[in-house]
Amino acid sequence: MSFSLVNILGTMPEIYLTFFGCVILILDTMIPNEKRSWLAYFTIASLIFAMIASYGLNGKGLPLYQGLYIIDPFSNFFKMIIYIAAIITVLFSLPYLDREDIHIGEYYAFILFSTVGMMVMVSAGDLITLFLGIELMSLCFYVMVGLKKGSHRSVEASFKYFLLGAFSAAIFLFGISFLYGATGTETISGIAAFVANPGSLKPMILLGIVLTLVGFAFKISAAPFHMWTPDVYEGAPTVVTGFMSTASKIAAFGVFLRVFWVSFSADKVDWNLLIVILSILSMLVGNLVALRQTNIKRMLAYSSIGHAGYASMALLQPNRESLFALMFYVFVYMFMTLGAFGIVLMLRKSGEEGEDISDLVGLHKRHPIAAFTMLVFMFSLAGIPPFGGFLAKFYVFFAVIHAGYAWLAVVGIVFAAIGAFYYLRIVMLMYMKDPESSVVFNASSMGRIGLLLTAGMTVFLGVYPTPFVEYIKSSLAIFIP
Amino acid sequence: MVPLSWYVGLSSALFLIGLIGVLVRRNTLVVLLCIEIMLNAVNVNFVAFSKYQHVIDAQILVFFVITVAAAEVAIGLGIIISLFRLKGSVNIDDFNILKL
Repeated sequence: MSFSLVNILGTMPEIYLTFFGCVILILDTMIPNEKRSWLAYFTIASLIFAMIASYGLNGKGLPLYQGLYIIDPFSNFFKMIIYIAAIITVLFSLPYLDREDIHIGEYYAFILFSTVGMMVMVSAGDLITLFLGIELMSLCFYVMVGLKKGSHRSVEASFKYFLLGAFSAAIFLFGISFLYGATGTETISGIAAFVANPGSLKPMILLGIVLTLVGFAFKISAAPFHMWTPDVYEGAPTVVTGFMSTASKIAAFGVFLRVFWVSFSADKVDWNLLIVILSILSMLVGNLVALRQTNIKRMLAYSSIGHAGYASMALLQPNRESLFALMFYVFVYMFMTLGAFGIVLMLRKSGEEGEDISDLVGLHKRHPIAAFTMLVFMFSLAGIPPFGGFLAKFYVFFAVIHAGYAWLAVVGIVFAAIGAFYYLRIVMLMYMKDPESSVVFNASSMGRIGLLLTAGMTVFLGVYPTPFVEYIKSSLAIFIP
Repeated sequence: MVPLSWYVGLSSALFLIGLIGVLVRRNTLVVLLCIEIMLNAVNVNFVAFSKYQHVIDAQILVFFVITVAAAEVAIGLGIIISLFRLKGSVNIDDFNILKL
């Protein structure tokens, strides 16, 4: 195996982040406790550094390490989203970790390592690389969810996440093993050539497709594989929930798309049916069960299940329009969901987190700016113009109609209308009622920057999306070696 | 030479044993063991297919799977220990604060 310098240069961003993660682990033992916030600044700086390095690689498609790893505009776009999500998460986490008394250096190292895992996922050109990326990300998240060691809920959530994550990884691997058995290769493009002419091995291929689909559905938390989502989102520290519900899900969508469009596109008729079922069930569960939630983190968890349903509709037809719709959707989804979690994690009542929906009642009277920011996120999540969420849904529904599934778009619109009810209920509670609980909105300067960024982008993407549309249109290329 | 179908049968049986174990057993440590059985079923599959396809790839993948499984067990046991410290039990039915 030749060891050329191009391979190293192409993976420099990942190498930087791994290195900086190790540096954080060492720095953590050397700096005094009251200067811990330096680690947060260091994390942000290293993420921006890697972001610039990734941007420099933005160009033609390039297979590295004999096709194990692929650099293309598509993966670069997803990496940019993951960097931004990680940066905003760190902005939110500084005051939060101090208050919850879990301010430890490992947290920042785990953020960087899980970011590397997601980057490996979206760049994977081979199922081995893909599996390692998924595991690197998941192992970091298992620990981060259980960071509040003294809290029953946090550790229990961590255990549930671990159990179901390991379970789904085993199912996913079993699927890979059958794909390998039928084709004799693990590269994504190698499998594609075989799927086009499966011959008598069709059943093995189908088994492989179904099992890998189950593995991905676990990661994007689509119904009926969503059981862990509400529990884990509720129990985890809120910053981690925000990071998990955006970055990890977006990375999973990226790799889901790459594997199914490149490897399995010849067998589209079979898996299209599965994705239709997956997306209808997700919208059903996400929008109906969310109505009766009293905890806002659980409600946002169901909302994220519903959004997984909308976004997976864009996977049905492999063409540029669907690709654009999905990329725009995850871009908007990242800002609005992360922002909503950002508001939740800054609400405090008598020494604990204000995470009940009743804590939001009358927020407008006490903290008008916080209430207005939450209104922006809720309107956007509900898909009301002129916010980003509306345009995202609009593009997805159009792509679905052009793919020949007009009835599915109608189903989606009906569920979006049902879903709008529970988002608007929150807005109503914030604005129409008098405050009941003694909840305070406790934002630090870094948290304010994060909220400004997320809310600003949510509005901006709805009002003037042109620059971002242009950027996404320039990234619509999946490289196939 | 043992036919390929025997290996696939063995790995499928192992996988099913693990799958049913995860769903039925109530002791977290046994559940963890069942997940390991599932991963080892995958390894049997990979090695058998690799032998019959005359390609070495999957035998290398098996090493990755073993490594990842070891890391997973380390983290899983860590989580179970911290749960045991809080609750004094390793029974899944006792972990019921978070509900649907």
